[in-house]
Amino acid sequence: MTEVSPRPAEAMAPAPRLPLGWIKRDHLIYVASIIGLIVLWHLVATTFFKPQFFPPPLLVLSTGREMLESGELMEHVSISLQRILAGFLIGSAIAAPAGLLMGSIPVVRAIFDPYVQFFRFVPSLAWLTPVVIWFGIGETSKVLIIVYTTIFIVLINTMVGVSHIAPNKLRAAACLGATPLKAFIFVTLPATLPFILTGMRLAMGNSFATVVAAEMIAADSGLGYLIFNSRLWMATDKIFIGIVCLGALGLITDRLFRYLIVRFAHQYGPIE
Amino acid sequence: MAEEFLVARDVSYRYAARRGVEAVSVLQRFSVSLTEGEFFCLLGPSGCGKTTVLNLMAGFLEPVSGMLTLAGRPIRGPGIDRTVVFQGDDALFNWLRTIDNVAFGLRMQGMSKDRRHAVARDYLHLVHLGGQENKYPGELSGGMKQRVQIARVLASDPKVLLMDEPFGALDAQTRGRMQSELVEIWHKTGKTIVFITHDITEAVLLADRIGVMTKGPESRLDAIIPVDLPRPRRRSSPGFGEMWERINALIENEEASRP
Repeated sequence: MTEVSPRPAEAMAPAPRLPLGWIKRDHLIYVASIIGLIVLWHLVATTFFKPQFFPPPLLVLSTGREMLESGELMEHVSISLQRILAGFLIGSAIAAPAGLLMGSIPVVRAIFDPYVQFFRFVPSLAWLTPVVIWFGIGETSKVLIIVYTTIFIVLINTMVGVSHIAPNKLRAAACLGATPLKAFIFVTLPATLPFILTGMRLAMGNSFATVVAAEMIAADSGLGYLIFNSRLWMATDKIFIGIVCLGALGLITDRLFRYLIVRFAHQYGPIE
Repeated sequence: MAEEFLVARDVSYRYAARRGVEAVSVLQRFSVSLTEGEFFCLLGPSGCGKTTVLNLMAGFLEPVSGMLTLAGRPIRGPGIDRTVVFQGDDALFNWLRTIDNVAFGLRMQGMSKDRRHAVARDYLHLVHLGGQENKYPGELSGGMKQRVQIARVLASDPKVLLMDEPFGALDAQTRGRMQSELVEIWHKTGKTIVFITHDITEAVLLADRIGVMTKGPESRLDAIIPVDLPRPRRRSSPGFGEMWERINALIENEEASRP
C-alpha cells in the first residue's frame, strides 16, 4: 500500500506557540481584547456619566460580589438556567423525532407541515399572555414558552438534515438488506444527527433570549426579572450584572455543548 | 453457451413527465443475458441510460415494461443477492468506522458483532485495507474509499456485483491499480460483475464481454463484443489496440447514423 490518507488536521499550520506551551498566541489576544474593553468601559463610564446612569466596571463588580454573598444572584441564575434547560430539553425531545418522521414520511409531512410553516412565524412571546391565562404564572408557562421556541428551530433543522441524506446511502443500505425501519434507525438517524445538534445549539441561544423576555413580563425571579425590576429604582449596576451573567452563561453553555459534540459525536460530522 | 443467469428481456424505462418536462424514454426494449461468474462491462456515452440499467438490476427502479430475472427469479426491489458499488463516496456511512461500514450488511442480517467483525476484517484484507479498520471514511483517500465499498458489498456474499463507474473519480494511477485489483478479486471470489463505464480502455482491460449501448434516449444494446484477450491484460498486450479501435469505430458509426 503506497496510498496515504489525507490528514487535514495535520495539514493545517498550527498557531504559533509561546514558551508556556499550552497558551497559544490567540489566547493572549483574547485576554488582551477583553481587558481592553473593560478599561474602555471604565474610562467612558467615569469620564462622561454618573454611576447611576452608566455604572463603571468596579461598581458592577462590587455589586455583583454583594449579590453573590447574599445568595440573590445565584437564585436568579439558577432559576433562569432551570427554565432554559427544561424547555430546551423537552422541546428538543419532541422536535427531533417529529422532524425525523416528517422528513422521512411524506404523509406525516403533508399533515403537519402547514402548522409548522404557520406557527414558526408566530414569536413565542406572542403566546405569553394566553399561556399565562391557561397555565398560570408558575414555572409551567415559562418552560412552555421555551419549549415552543426550541421546537421549531430543532424541527426544521432536523427536516433539512433528512432531506440532505445522500440517496446513495439509503440505496446502499437497501441493497445490503436493510428494511425501511432499519434504514431509518441505522442510516437516517445517524446521518441527521449533526443537523439535530446544530438545531439544538441554535435553539439554546434563542432560549436565552426567550427566557429573559418571559421573566420580564411574567415572573418574580430569574435574570430577566432582575434586569426589569431593577429599573424601578435605577439600579443600573444590577441591570449590568444581569446582562453580564446572560452573556457569560450563554457563552459557557454553548462551549459546553460544543465540547460534548466534539467529545461524543465527532464521527457524525463536524459542527461549527 | 452456459446457462442464463442475470437476464433483462425487452426492458423499457422512462422517467415520468414533470411540469415543463416531457416524459423521457430512457431505455427501449433493452435486452441482455449474462452467465454466472461473468465480468460484463456496459459501455456507452454519458446520458445513454447505463446507470438506469444498473438501477433496474439493483431493483431501485421498476421497468415500465419487460422483465428482469436473476437465476430464473424475477427481480423485485433491492436484495442482498445484488449489491451495488456506487460511483461517489457519499454511499459510505461516514459515522461508522471502516470495519463497521464493511460489516453493515451482516449487521442487517443479525450477525453478532464478533463474527461480523471477523468477516469484515477478512474482506478488508482482500481489498488491501488491513490495518485501516478503525478509520472513518473521511480519513481515507478516494481509492481507499472505493476499496471499502467493494469490501462492503463482498461481505454480504452477493451473487452479483453491480458497479456504477466505481473508479470514475479516481486519478489515472489509482484507477489502474484498482482495475487490476478488481480482476484479482473477481478471480478469487468468482462473482458475476456488471461494470458500468464510458471508458473503452477500462472496458477492454476488465471485461469478458462488452455491451455497447446506443446513445440515448431510447437506448438499447448496439452490440455485444466478446473480449478474448488473455489475462492479465495490459494496454500494451497484443490485440488490445485492435479491440479498442473496433469498439471505438462501432460507437462512432452508431453516433454518425443518428440524426
